[in-house]
Amino acid sequence: MAIFVNENTKVLVQGLTGGQGRFHGLRNRDYGTQVVAGVTPGKAGQDVEGIPIYDSVDAAVAATQATASFIAVPPKAAPAAILEAARAGIGFIVCITEGVPAQDEARVFATLQRDFPKTRLLGPNCPGIISPGKCNIGITAGEIAALPTKTGPNVGIVSRSGTLTYQALYELKQLNIGVSTCVGIGGDPVPGTSFVDCLAEFQSDPETHAIIMIGEIGGTAEEEAAEFITNHVTKPMSAYIAGVTAPAGKKMGHAGAIVSGGKGTAQGKMDALRNAGVMIGLNPTEACELMSQIVLAL
Amino acid sequence: MDLFEYQGKQYFARYDIAVSAGGVALTVDEAVKQAELAQYPVVIKAQVQVGGRGKAGGIKLANNAEEVRMHATNILGMEIKGHVVKRIWVEHASDIAEEYYASFTLDRSAKRHLLMLSAQGGVEIEQVAVTDPTAIVKLYVNPIEGLSLETARRAVVDARISQKAIDGVAAMLVKLYECFKKGDCDLAEINPLILKPNGEVHALDAKVTLDDNAAFRHPEWDEYRATEELDEREKLAREKNLQYIGLDGTVGIIANGAGLAMSTLDVVNQVGGKAANFLDIGGGANAELMTAALEVINSDTKVKSIFINIFGGITRGDEVAKGIVEAMKRVKLRAPIVIRLDGTNAIEGRAIIANAGIDESQLMSRSTMLEAARVAVDLARKN
Repeated sequence: MAIFVNENTKVLVQGLTGGQGRFHGLRNRDYGTQVVAGVTPGKAGQDVEGIPIYDSVDAAVAATQATASFIAVPPKAAPAAILEAARAGIGFIVCITEGVPAQDEARVFATLQRDFPKTRLLGPNCPGIISPGKCNIGITAGEIAALPTKTGPNVGIVSRSGTLTYQALYELKQLNIGVSTCVGIGGDPVPGTSFVDCLAEFQSDPETHAIIMIGEIGGTAEEEAAEFITNHVTKPMSAYIAGVTAPAGKKMGHAGAIVSGGKGTAQGKMDALRNAGVMIGLNPTEACELMSQIVLAL
Repeated sequence: MDLFEYQGKQYFARYDIAVSAGGVALTVDEAVKQAELAQYPVVIKAQVQVGGRGKAGGIKLANNAEEVRMHATNILGMEIKGHVVKRIWVEHASDIAEEYYASFTLDRSAKRHLLMLSAQGGVEIEQVAVTDPTAIVKLYVNPIEGLSLETARRAVVDARISQKAIDGVAAMLVKLYECFKKGDCDLAEINPLILKPNGEVHALDAKVTLDDNAAFRHPEWDEYRATEELDEREKLAREKNLQYIGLDGTVGIIANGAGLAMSTLDVVNQVGGKAANFLDIGGGANAELMTAALEVINSDTKVKSIFINIFGGITRGDEVAKGIVEAMKRVKLRAPIVIRLDGTNAIEGRAIIANAGIDESQLMSRSTMLEAARVAVDLARKN
């Protein structure tokens, strides 16, 4: 088991012929991920190191039965690419694109919710997902992720920050702790998948025994996660919130202050999670060391 | 990007939102010219991106050229909460019958647009939110359904806005929503939204924050960018396309990814140091970008040591290493570098650094974030 993606996941890459798509798509394949197709309009019939290119997601799905899409296209093209994948019946979409306008993200999210409720979007602006030893979609360097063990205990990771996701994976590997799945949800205003979505999946995944969560200042996603943990998560958790010493971020005027109602500070988030029974580390290393203690006690 | 009030009003005008006749002035003479055009009486308003202008004496009424001269002279150059007034906005003074509040923003947790509307405008709306939360009507708008005039009208009625203003405010809300959505705003706020004695509804102030990610489809934003107030380090960083925020410590920070950069600040703080800046070189950092980052850090004379914290994903360790070595050839750095490099192509990167022939006292590699932070903080203290 693992969440969202596993050894049976067949991945197509939208933008495989571009610089980033090619680099990371091929690395994902080298890792052992089933990368079965690429999609670039106008380039059907070509291939990237043996991976066939199709004109549309529809054509790629018809030919390869791909079930997941990895989107590595520029911000202007990303919204249409996500909706094209959803329309073609793709169930799991990973969009790493950085710089998608918030209005586009809100529109895409609402469209998915209304027209394609079975499609899950991860991102945009996220590092992707890795179920170590099974499937790696996105930009994570696969070698830093520890394989899960058959008997456990294994840890699930969910993070809002890209590089801190790698940091957590790397630290757990140093500590010889197996990872079931690591999900980078990204830090954009409207992420397709939230902390709560991932926590629910980890809670019901028999291969995941404990969970690490990495958040950052701003927004209320961590506070919402804390509420969900209190009511629904029985697996032990540790967490780190980045930005304790960060300068005050972008002010959203009066409207933002009202919406957040004083929420959004690192301290507030840490308190909320602590009250939900989560052990809090003051840096990523500490959060992983706490996880090591948790795992030893299991 | 935050707009000045006058820019916000100009932006509103693009979406047919009624604002007062007026113009911007950088000098006292210009202020008089704008006042004549707008016709007396006029209001002179300091253009700063901070609240509390009125209380600081940054908003004045003038009935003739002499009064305009007096107030413009006082307000230009005035300092309001650390912001120096470089521009004033001169507009025709409005008669006010009632003052309301209206804003659109994105509610991240609901993943919907959010309208906030109150019949109690003009004052500190945060105060209203605390003392009388029911006085603020909140309406969620589905981005793919949009805001109809009927829905807007219902919100106006719910907010208990005067009967005679209902149609005008509802129409205004639909326009403000268009501006927020098509205009790619993170925030579009009118406080106060006024009702004039003659029944007209009108935006007396404008607070607009634009979503920088949408700049590619808004060539009209270029002129706003020109007036942005950044410090010298931030200007240099902007030119080089780097996410930089100047701080007042002594350890220069370069990291990839906002999360890791924030975490680097946290760790430096935990081991007893203070960061000189936040600098995220983002994904896909290459030699050129790293050179640019080091140039920006090097321009800050407070920096006593530099902590480069890289965990490769899209960013490749070999590219980062090449960038550092290249930068050290091009720029004479005033502070030593401590680097911690992991992730994609980190082994190749570390080899490039080890074999570059640069003295270990100027460029040193450490294997963990905490250890590198300790060394960098120590160096900053000694240098």
